[in-house]
Amino acid sequence: MPKLRYFGLVIAATAVLGCGSMAADHLDENQEFTYRLLDQFPSLDPQLNEDSAGFSVIRDLFEGLTTQDENGDLTPGVATDWSSVDGNRTWIFNLRKDAKWSNGDSVTAHDFVYAWRRAVDPETASSYSWYLEVGQIKNAGEIIAGDMPPDQLGVSALDDYRLQVQLSAPVPFFPSMTTYATLMPVHQATIERLGDEWTRPSHMVSNGAYVLQDLVLAEYHSRIKNPLYWDADNVIIEKVTGIIVNDDNTALTRYLAGEFDHLDGLPAGQYPNLKDKYPDQTFSMPLLCTYYYVINQSESGNPALDDVRVRQALSYAIDRDVIVNQVLKGGQRGAYSFTHWATSGFDMPDIGYATLSQAERDAKAKELIVEAGFGSNGDALELRLIYNTSESHKAIANVISQMWKEKLAVRVTLENFEWKTFLDKASNQDFDIARSGWCGDYNEASTFLQLVTSDNDFNDGKFTNARIDELMAKSATSEIDPQKAYSEVEQILADEMGLIPIYHYSQVFMKVPALKGWPLNNVENNWYSKNLYMAAP
Amino acid sequence: MFQFILRRLLIALPTLFILIAATFLLMHLAPGGPFTTEKPLPDEVMANLEAKYGLDEPLARQFGTYLFDLVTDFDFGPSFVFKDLSVRDIILQGFPVTLTYGFWAFIVAISVGIPLGVAAAVHQNSWLDYLAVGVSIGAQVLPNFVMAPILVLIFTLWLGWLPGGGWQGGQIEYVIMPVIALSTSFMASVARMTRSSMLEILHSNFIRTARAKGLNGTSVIWRHALKPAMLPVISFLGPVFVAMITGSMIIDYYFGTGGIGQFFTNAALSRDYGVMMGVTILVGTLTILFTTVVDILYAWIDPRIRY
Repeated sequence: MPKLRYFGLVIAATAVLGCGSMAADHLDENQEFTYRLLDQFPSLDPQLNEDSAGFSVIRDLFEGLTTQDENGDLTPGVATDWSSVDGNRTWIFNLRKDAKWSNGDSVTAHDFVYAWRRAVDPETASSYSWYLEVGQIKNAGEIIAGDMPPDQLGVSALDDYRLQVQLSAPVPFFPSMTTYATLMPVHQATIERLGDEWTRPSHMVSNGAYVLQDLVLAEYHSRIKNPLYWDADNVIIEKVTGIIVNDDNTALTRYLAGEFDHLDGLPAGQYPNLKDKYPDQTFSMPLLCTYYYVINQSESGNPALDDVRVRQALSYAIDRDVIVNQVLKGGQRGAYSFTHWATSGFDMPDIGYATLSQAERDAKAKELIVEAGFGSNGDALELRLIYNTSESHKAIANVISQMWKEKLAVRVTLENFEWKTFLDKASNQDFDIARSGWCGDYNEASTFLQLVTSDNDFNDGKFTNARIDELMAKSATSEIDPQKAYSEVEQILADEMGLIPIYHYSQVFMKVPALKGWPLNNVENNWYSKNLYMAAP
Repeated sequence: MFQFILRRLLIALPTLFILIAATFLLMHLAPGGPFTTEKPLPDEVMANLEAKYGLDEPLARQFGTYLFDLVTDFDFGPSFVFKDLSVRDIILQGFPVTLTYGFWAFIVAISVGIPLGVAAAVHQNSWLDYLAVGVSIGAQVLPNFVMAPILVLIFTLWLGWLPGGGWQGGQIEYVIMPVIALSTSFMASVARMTRSSMLEILHSNFIRTARAKGLNGTSVIWRHALKPAMLPVISFLGPVFVAMITGSMIIDYYFGTGGIGQFFTNAALSRDYGVMMGVTILVGTLTILFTTVVDILYAWIDPRIRY
C-alpha cells in the first residue's frame, strides 16, 4: 500500500453520515477510546505534519478556523462565521471570544497569523508549505522560495478576533481548507520558549478538544479531554489512546482480545471471513485511491508500448475480478477509470471495455496484440515490470504477468525494489511497466486527472494528449463544466490507454459495537474524538 | 593485561571512524533521500528542507560537520523523519527498552541453554540427550517472527494472561513475551554449542585423568570440564549479547515495544540519515566493547592464554 502522505483536505466531503442517534443510547460509565495505529507519526507539530496518522491526532489536539461535523460537512471551529467581500478573493473570519489555549490564554487572530507565516517560512522548512500555495494565499510562493519575508503573507489580524486572508486568485472552497493541520493555530510564546521541544507532552499548549497526555515513541500516545475547550460540555470521550502495532495479524488478535475499540488495517485477504464472523463489527468503505500500472511511453520504454493496440491489449487481458476477489479480498472494486468511482460529483463515462465480459476482453486483447505484430505467432514482447516490496504488489504482479503470458504471450521480467530505490527508478523512467497508486488530495476528480496532463511532475509514464491538457486547463478556470470535462478525459484515457487502472481502493476496519458516532460514510475518513462516544452494553 | 585493554581501545577509535565513514558514504550512495516521496515535493520546498538539514552542502563538508558535532558535543544531529526529535532523544528512549528485554533474554538463553547442553553431553544418547537436542532444534527452527504472533494468540487471546504488546515502562507482564520470543533461538544455539564442546572436553585426557584420580562425576563436570567447554560458547556470546541488547526489529515490530531495533531497519528504509548513523555508531561501539570483554574473559577462563 502506498503511504497516504498527502492526505490533504481541500474540499469537504459531501458524504452523509450513517451513525446511530445519541439520544437512543445510554452512555457507558467508562468513556475511554483505544485504537490501533499502524506506525509512529513523524510529528505532532501542525505545520510540520505530513501524514494522515499525525493529522488524526492533531485534529483532536488543535482546532482550526473551521472543522468537520459527523457528516463530514463544514462547521465552525475557532471561527464562528466567515464571508468573502470580493468574489472569493478576500476572506474575513470572525473568531469566537471563548476559545482558549490549554494554558488559559485566549485564542486570537494573531495566533493564526503566526502559524500561517510559520508554515511558509523557509526556516521552518515545512514539507507541507505548498498547501498555502495551493490555497492561493497571497505571496505564499514567493516566501517559500525565499524571495520575500514571511510577514508579507496575505493574512492579517484586523483586531484580536477578526482574521483577514487575501488570495491571489478566487478560491470558493477556501474556508474548507482551514480544517487541515497546516492552517491550525499554534501558541507563539510556547514555541519561542521551547523550540523543537514544544510538542513534548509536558510542554504542549493546544486549543483543541483534547490535550496531549503521554507520548512514547513507537509505542503509544494518549490524549485527555481539555476542560478549557470552548465546547467541552459536549465532549463525551474522556481519554483517547493510540497504540502502535506494526503487524496486522497481531493487531487483529489484540483487537479480538478486547485491547482496542477500533482497528484500522486488517490482514490481507481476511475481510470476507471477518465480515462473515463479525458482521456488526467489520466495515468496508471506499477510499479515494486508485491502483494502476504506469506504461512507460518515453524513449526509455519498450518502443512497442508506443502502439496504442499493445497498451489496450495489456489492459484488456487483465482480469480485474480475479485480482479484487481472489487476491485482495478487501472490498475493493475493479477499475476501468483512473478517477475513483466514489469521488464527489464525478460522472463515470461509459467506458467501452468495462462493459464487456472478460472473455470478450480477452478475445479483443488477442486480436489487438496480433495486429500489432506480437502474440503467439509474432515476435515475443518482452517487458520489465517493477514494483516496490510488498506482499500484495508481488501477488498482483505475479497474477498479471501470468495473465499476459497466457493470453498474449508476453514475457514479463518482474523486478522488486525497496521503496526509495523504486521511487528513483519510477521517476527516472527506468522501467516498461511500473506499479503505482494514487490517492486524492481532495474529494474531486481533478486530484486524479491532473496527473495525466503532459507537464505534470507525477506523470511517470510520460503519457501526453493535447486534448486532455486542453480540457484540464479549461476546467480549472471553469471555462467549461468541469464534471463534463472530467468524463471526457476519462474517455480519452480509456481509448488511448495512457495507463492501466487496476482497482479502486477501499478501507476495511473493525470497531466494537459500543463505539458510536463513527463517520461511516466519510470517504476522507476524518474522524474527531469529540464526536464519538461509548454506549452502555 | 592493562596494556592489552589499552591497545584494544586504541584500535577501536580508527575502527569506529572507518565504520562511520563507510556508513555515511553508503547511506548517501543509496538512491533517493529522506524527503523523496511518491508525490515529489516542489523544488523550493525541497530546497528549504535540504538547507535546514544541511544536505545542500558538499558531502565531505556534511561529513566533517557531523564528525565535529559528534566528537565535541556528543551530538548525533536531528532525525530526518521525526521532525521534532533529535537522534539522541530517540536512542535515549528506545535503548533502555531493548537493553531490558535483551538483557533478560540473554540471561534466559544462557541459564537454560548451558545446563541443557551440559545435561545432553553428560548423558549422551540417553532420552535426556534426545529430549534436549529435540527441544533445541525445535526452538531453532521456530523463528521469532513465527513465534511472536503465536505467543500473542495463546497468551493474549486464548488464555488472557498477558497483554498482547506495549511496554509501559517495562512492567513484568509486558516483558515476558518479548523475552521468550527473543531468547528461544539463541538458547537453542547455546545448548547445541555447549553440548558439542562439552562432549569434546569430556573425551579429553585430563578429564580421564581426573576420573582416574577418583573424583566424583559432579566435580569433574562442574569444576574441570565446564570452564574449558565454555570457550567457544563465550566467543559466540559476545556478539550475541550486543545483538540482543540493541534489540530486534522483529520483537519491536510484533510487540510494539518501542525499542531501538525497529529504528535500525526503518531508518535505512526511510533514509533517515541521522537515526541510521546514530544507531550504527551505538551498535558498533557496543560490539567493540563486548568483543574486548570476551577477550578478557578468555584469559580468565583459560590461563594458558597470555596477552
